[in-house]
Amino acid sequence: MSKDMTYAAVMARRPEIMKKAAGLDFSVFESGSIAFDYERMMKEAGFTIEEIQKIQSEHGVGNTPVIELKNITALARKLAPKGKGARIFIKDEAANASGSFKARRASTAVYQAKKLGYKGVVTATSGNYGAAVASQAAMHGLKCIVVQECYDSKGVGQPEIIEKARKCEALGAEVIQLSVGPELFYTFLTILEETGYFNASLYTPFAIAGIETLGYEIAMQFREKYGRDPDVVLATNAGGGNLTGTARGLKKAGAQSKIVAASVDLTGLHMASDKQFNKKSFTTGHTGFGMPFATWPDRSDVPRSAARPLRYIERYLTVHQGEVFYMTEVLATLEGLEKGPAGNTALTAAFALAQEMDQDQMIVVQETEYTGAGKHIQPQLSFARENGIEIKFGDPKDEVAGQNIILPSHPSLIKVNDADVVGMRKSLIKNALNNYKVIPTEEDIEFLAKETNSDIEFVKNTIESLDN
Amino acid sequence: MAKKGQWVLIHRKVLEPSERAPQVPDDTKEVPLELWVKGFLQEDANIGDEVTILTRTKRIEKGTLLEVNPYYKHDFGKFVPELLQISEQVKEILFGGADNE
Repeated sequence: MSKDMTYAAVMARRPEIMKKAAGLDFSVFESGSIAFDYERMMKEAGFTIEEIQKIQSEHGVGNTPVIELKNITALARKLAPKGKGARIFIKDEAANASGSFKARRASTAVYQAKKLGYKGVVTATSGNYGAAVASQAAMHGLKCIVVQECYDSKGVGQPEIIEKARKCEALGAEVIQLSVGPELFYTFLTILEETGYFNASLYTPFAIAGIETLGYEIAMQFREKYGRDPDVVLATNAGGGNLTGTARGLKKAGAQSKIVAASVDLTGLHMASDKQFNKKSFTTGHTGFGMPFATWPDRSDVPRSAARPLRYIERYLTVHQGEVFYMTEVLATLEGLEKGPAGNTALTAAFALAQEMDQDQMIVVQETEYTGAGKHIQPQLSFARENGIEIKFGDPKDEVAGQNIILPSHPSLIKVNDADVVGMRKSLIKNALNNYKVIPTEEDIEFLAKETNSDIEFVKNTIESLDN
Repeated sequence: MAKKGQWVLIHRKVLEPSERAPQVPDDTKEVPLELWVKGFLQEDANIGDEVTILTRTKRIEKGTLLEVNPYYKHDFGKFVPELLQISEQVKEILFGGADNE
């Protein structure tokens, strides 16, 4: 008898499909309520820093250079009050095999798949992670399938995503491209069920552990070259894994650097809307992923996500599309570094943030990504213009995502906006209660305090305010 | 006529509009979920025929034949003059002025 392949039937088989494909029994970390043992999951299912360093050094990953952006710092100082203008550095993660920090994440995930005896790996991503998994799978001799959300109902694809498909195929992967919609997950499950391959999810403890070396390297490189840790580490935030892994690595190195998130503000655009799909000019690093994943990490494709960014975020900054495009051009023209735009979200925030900080302080932007046809400011702006988005110079604060892209008419107009982190912490608590529908235990309250980087009193007060 | 063994692109509908997930926005619910995948053609066929392919991971997929030897059409887009203006502007702010004449 053939299996029932309707949407509802496949989604109902989700737990068994995921368990078979995860190589990990998440239930052993569960409390039966809201709480689960995150640190035990990371310890038992993850790897030590030394193990990850070994895996990565053998597979073209890690030890990327830190570059001081002296001209961008000088530009920021021209605009900053006297004595202000922190030194800005960038960690050139585009130097990894596959061209982004995602190689770190894939290196441990694919290593684990190989170790457990899987014949292949599947990943659901329209981002750089697809190429990262494809690259690592090629090195390990495993088969690889990448499932992408790529086209709208007219068959028009985001140039950036099409380029990522090309790169995956160049690295030997099979790419399945889909039209817009969250049922990508349905197709993903059918592929896992059909092939029996490993789910190289972005959100397993293996994948997140792979990013810990990024934070660890930053601490080691700064101590060696500048004698101390950077004051601020700025991470572009989408699903939260980049920030989580980096923050954990910094903590493992004993660094006290402040962890700041940055996302492109795409408020008002619906991520699952067919008509709005090609109205956005960023396919990642934006608030459309950043906010929902931060306030409810377990919406991901594993039972318990290892990416839990609100545990680490001290400040969350948003910037506009036009500002990121502007700074991507500035990075090329003033620093001689041509990189993909999405990775420069944190750079844009750093440029504004540096102007609030003293000149002897240091900010590190913890990633860059590769660039090429489709995945570059030129085609992305050109594509936006063809899709009816107005592109003009002006004040970026007037930008309306989906209608226009406002390039700052002067770099002094590049500003950061603070997202309401306290409000996000409250949202996470509310989401936890709504999802589990239980009376929180003492353990749950302690867990939620850790989840929100707050304290027991904050959690109790939040729960009380929800009851009223 | 496409020949058996050639590298091709096929297309099929995964879910009809009526079968889409309940949480999908209204505009997305009006259209099907579509899929595109490439592989080696398993029988001689014409564009528009229903065909079978063998993908890179040796999976069988069925769908409508769209292209033979599909190639990438993405590029660097049309010239965006604003980018040159940004470059000129920041160079002027940082290095410009009388000292640089």
